[in-house]
Amino acid sequence: MTAQIEDIQEDFIAELKECAKLLTEKLQANQFEEASELIQTITHSRDQHIFQAVGKLTRGLHDAIVNFHVDVDLSNEPPKVENSDIHDASDRLNYVIDITQKAANRTMDMVDQAAPIAMNLGQEANTLRDEWARLKRREMTPNEFRELYDRIDGFLGQMVVGTTQLNENFQNIVLEQGFQDLTGQVLKKVIGLIKDVEKDLVSLVRMAGQVEEITGLGGDAEVVEHDKEIFTKRKTEAEGPQMHAADRKDVVASQDEVDDLLSSLGF
Amino acid sequence: MDKNMKILIVDDFSTMRRIIKNLLRDLGFSNTHEADDGQTALPMLKNGDFQFLVTDWNMPGMTGIDLLKAVRADEKLSTLPVLMVTAEAKRDQIIEAAQAGVNGYVVKPFTAQALKEKIDKIFDRVG
Repeated sequence: MTAQIEDIQEDFIAELKECAKLLTEKLQANQFEEASELIQTITHSRDQHIFQAVGKLTRGLHDAIVNFHVDVDLSNEPPKVENSDIHDASDRLNYVIDITQKAANRTMDMVDQAAPIAMNLGQEANTLRDEWARLKRREMTPNEFRELYDRIDGFLGQMVVGTTQLNENFQNIVLEQGFQDLTGQVLKKVIGLIKDVEKDLVSLVRMAGQVEEITGLGGDAEVVEHDKEIFTKRKTEAEGPQMHAADRKDVVASQDEVDDLLSSLGF
Repeated sequence: MDKNMKILIVDDFSTMRRIIKNLLRDLGFSNTHEADDGQTALPMLKNGDFQFLVTDWNMPGMTGIDLLKAVRADEKLSTLPVLMVTAEAKRDQIIEAAQAGVNGYVVKPFTAQALKEKIDKIFDRVG
């Protein structure tokens, strides 16, 4: 694409030079009619050049948009994006949020259910151990012993029911972790899409750059100022968990570093 | 420390609210209430004699940092202890939160121990 446009540019410049030489000759020879014809040729050639370049760019732009994984229905106002890969990716990511939330809730449900069982069994075992110690020290009356005898019976029953329930919950908690596999597959698919979109975006940006080149547009100072603004804003903008925190100087990697930073600020 | 104090937990993810609620309950605080972003939280705080605010940073609607600033700017709420529990870990963000008057800052993922330490520290200071 870039090479093609450069070719057009080169041809145009060569023609321009040729005409300019001829024009000087004609003017020196006082051949004004031919000179004016030449000027017309130059103007025509310049228009031709711009048309060709714009045509090439438009075709490139069209291809890039078609490749862009977005189906925009322009007949609607505002345009609706439907059935596109991007739309599909949003659905997939929402699915990840949904399924991870469900897994987290079910896991917590199971822990909430298991915790009192474990606590009750522990408390009863503690009491029985103290009673058992009294029995071993022969400090127990026959009546107390009969009570202990029944209580141990009851406790063994509770143990069987309780540990069965606990085992079941543990197993269910493990099963709940299956979300990792499902979300992993979805996320990998979305990552692939993002890579494709990035590639297409880069070619779009390159083409936009060429439009600026051919038409001589583009306010550099303004653009730089705008970029700076975005950069400053990004410093404190919320973005969720930081990636590669350990390698980044502007990010803390642990709670200890947060505490250090805060204490250096007088906290 | 009054274990029965009224606490507001603000996070847009219900699972995170539940985790924090459970941890607080284990620490003996059971008078907890929930909101899913700053916009819902602020009117609750204004009308609800809360004694402690635990908030996330990154939320739709009104973010935690804006909620913190709104709390500090409100005459009635300005001295409310605020603990930020967030995945936001940029130095500039922590500095911004400190300057806005946060009382503690815990980065996610966090441990029960870290949460307890920060809460103890806040109430040691507030008294």
